[in-house]
Amino acid sequence: MNQELTEEEKEALKHVVEKLKSFGKKRGNLIPILQMVQNNLSYLPSRAIKLVAQHLDILETEVYGVATFYNQFRFHPPGKYPIKVCLGTACHVRAGDIILENFERKLEIPEGQTTPDRKFSIERVACVGCCALAPVAIIDETVHGHMAPSKVEGLILRIKIQEEMEEREKRKNEPGQS
Amino acid sequence: MSPDNHKNIDMKFNNIRKEAEKRRAAFQDAPVPKIHIGMATCGIASGALETQKAFEEALIENNIEAQIHTVGCFGHCYAEPVVIIDHPDSGFPPIFYHEVTSGKAKMLVKLFLGGGDPRFEHVYGATEKNDLIPSVTDFSRFNQEKRIVMEKCGHIDPEDIYDYIAAGGYSTLVKALKLDPEKIIREITRSGLRGRGGAGFPTGRKWKLAKSVKEQEKIVICNADEGDPGAYMDRTILESNPHQVLEGMAICAYAVGAQKALVYIRSEYPLAVKLVTTAIQQAEKLGLLGKAILGSTFDLKIDVFQGSGAFVCGEETALIRSVEGYRGMPRHRPPYPVQKGLWDKPTVINNVKTLASVPPILNRGATWYRAIGTQNSPGTAIFSIVGNVVHAGLVEIPMGVSLRTLIFDICGGIPNNKKFKAIQIGGPSGGCLNEDFLDTPIDFDSLTEVGAMMGSGGMVVMDEDTCMVEVARYFIDFTQKESCGKCTFCRIGTYHLLKILERLTKGEALEGDLELLETLSQDIKAGSLCGLGKTAPNPVLTSLKYFRDEYEAHVKEKRCPALMCRALTAFYFDLELCARGCDACATCCPVDAVFTTSNRKKGVDQELCVKCGECLVACPPEYDAVRKVSPPDLVPNIEKPPEKKEKGR
Repeated sequence: MNQELTEEEKEALKHVVEKLKSFGKKRGNLIPILQMVQNNLSYLPSRAIKLVAQHLDILETEVYGVATFYNQFRFHPPGKYPIKVCLGTACHVRAGDIILENFERKLEIPEGQTTPDRKFSIERVACVGCCALAPVAIIDETVHGHMAPSKVEGLILRIKIQEEMEEREKRKNEPGQS
Repeated sequence: MSPDNHKNIDMKFNNIRKEAEKRRAAFQDAPVPKIHIGMATCGIASGALETQKAFEEALIENNIEAQIHTVGCFGHCYAEPVVIIDHPDSGFPPIFYHEVTSGKAKMLVKLFLGGGDPRFEHVYGATEKNDLIPSVTDFSRFNQEKRIVMEKCGHIDPEDIYDYIAAGGYSTLVKALKLDPEKIIREITRSGLRGRGGAGFPTGRKWKLAKSVKEQEKIVICNADEGDPGAYMDRTILESNPHQVLEGMAICAYAVGAQKALVYIRSEYPLAVKLVTTAIQQAEKLGLLGKAILGSTFDLKIDVFQGSGAFVCGEETALIRSVEGYRGMPRHRPPYPVQKGLWDKPTVINNVKTLASVPPILNRGATWYRAIGTQNSPGTAIFSIVGNVVHAGLVEIPMGVSLRTLIFDICGGIPNNKKFKAIQIGGPSGGCLNEDFLDTPIDFDSLTEVGAMMGSGGMVVMDEDTCMVEVARYFIDFTQKESCGKCTFCRIGTYHLLKILERLTKGEALEGDLELLETLSQDIKAGSLCGLGKTAPNPVLTSLKYFRDEYEAHVKEKRCPALMCRALTAFYFDLELCARGCDACATCCPVDAVFTTSNRKKGVDQELCVKCGECLVACPPEYDAVRKVSPPDLVPNIEKPPEKKEKGR
């Protein structure tokens, strides 16, 4: 699980090292520390796990053992637009799995992974508590209720067009600035 | 504590209460309309933030003065975003509006606040009886509920401690501090309050056990690790009225002699985490928590611990392991946590609803509480009732109400003229009941008797289009993933249960599979240590018992009677009804499985079809030509034309 870190992530990692100092060396701090790392880096790269193990003076395998036990922790970087599809009971009864499949097909990645360009990632979540709106998908922080398979394509397309427009804006502004 | 001390406590609290009442009066007496907006997670998901913004903008635009009061959840999730407008100058009572989009918000500001016209077509009802507008209390969704725990939810601002105090909050803590701890425990025992986390253990007895342990340091934990998919009442309570839970925790800590407390909240509930953290800070600032509470000798430090998303951590010993920084695996009991819990200290672990019930009980007395509900299960129960039901949301009802009343009277029955089929109670640990059980009263013992359980209070209503085999598969899939792996029967047994159920839903069932399901389920129940494994087979066992014919159709005929299992169903077009000129089905298909022959007959390429049902929705109702059948070989054969290269592509 050796990933190359981006420049941004290396910066964030430095921040993590600083923050680690404010945590005591008690074992009970392990989960709060891992949560702090993930808040900063949005996932747990192996370098960070090593740092945490050193800080608490426990084996790396111990840290992995705990981190892999809980659903919250990720070991892959999420996409710029993380997509979470709810598969709670109410969403399941209203065919949430079909929505998930549609995302998987459109983005050509299975659930739990990120597209190679790190734009999108798909995750299944167990109940986000908007059962009255089922089926539900969350993109970024926005909740999309009453999902339908035909809505999936539109949502992805909208983000792609938005991205493209931003790109174009950027390119337009660049020559003016230099 | 001495009488002098009592006086001191009263004096300190009176000052706080006066301030709270002053603030409330300033809000209420202000000669402007008040707009209350429900702002819990479900409201926000339905667009309450946009609604709030629209109100603010429209007020400025129309130059109207009004006060916006953000409150928690009313429990009426089907109607979100919910807004109550109190505009006394118009002559109307406070009015409850539902599904207030930003457009509606702007219109209401302009026409109601500006013009005095409440727009009757958008009114849900007035919040009180009056001569002008039907009141919401005429609806059974309102008048059959009995709100004790959720009494203040939706009426107060969860981010403002004074709002809670003005509504009578924290006065029970003051009362408790002047009582002997033994007396509090006796009162709770007498009230018959049972743990609302699922098992229903008598709360008073738990506290008494904790009190009797001779140990300096004791800990109280509020269990808000609500992992049931489909249950969200704990989150709603924490988001709508966090102080009532904190007050209950403080009373509990005082009674058992604890100085430390933890609120264990799922990290998936960021808003609840934020609001509880704010609430603790506010209470500490006013001296209602922290060192020497209200000048007494009682200290209590409450911290928030964020759970990391493991269903098994709802089990108390697993929860403790996870706080200690280990994998959340349950351990043998005894010793019970009240004897040896977190960091080996005596620990009382109570559910959110249990703790939130404590202040009202102590305030109004055990006799009052006992009069509500049934003999063995006094009080109220909160359910999040979702699925195929008209008025989905949170309902608080007295124990003993029948399932029929709950589903058909209070929640409005099944939408779209469908028939009721089953109700799943208690999440992955509960059971599925059919309509023969609709008259079962809701209480701990009656539900356990029929094979379901109270659980944490998730209820999923299913109509005739839901396949029980698929539902059982779904729950086993969940528990299989969430099994911590400690006990072999739970770890491997649930895996094989899942494999058998998958075979069934795919039409690959083997002879004897149903019998195997039954014996394996019994073995898992017998061979597991904690509640997760012991109850995991419940959905299978109950559905097998009450819906056996459906299982048999899957095995013998490879047919799914509810037309839900995708491997066992197929779509086709009834060419007698199809308009043939329209392409609605073909254009909406996400996988291009719909083809058209040279004489404009429509067909479905069954190899490509993913059975999402989009064409069924897209087909105009005047044709209604899409048919879904099971088993798939009932589909008439239509020859697919050979692939042609399209022009211009």
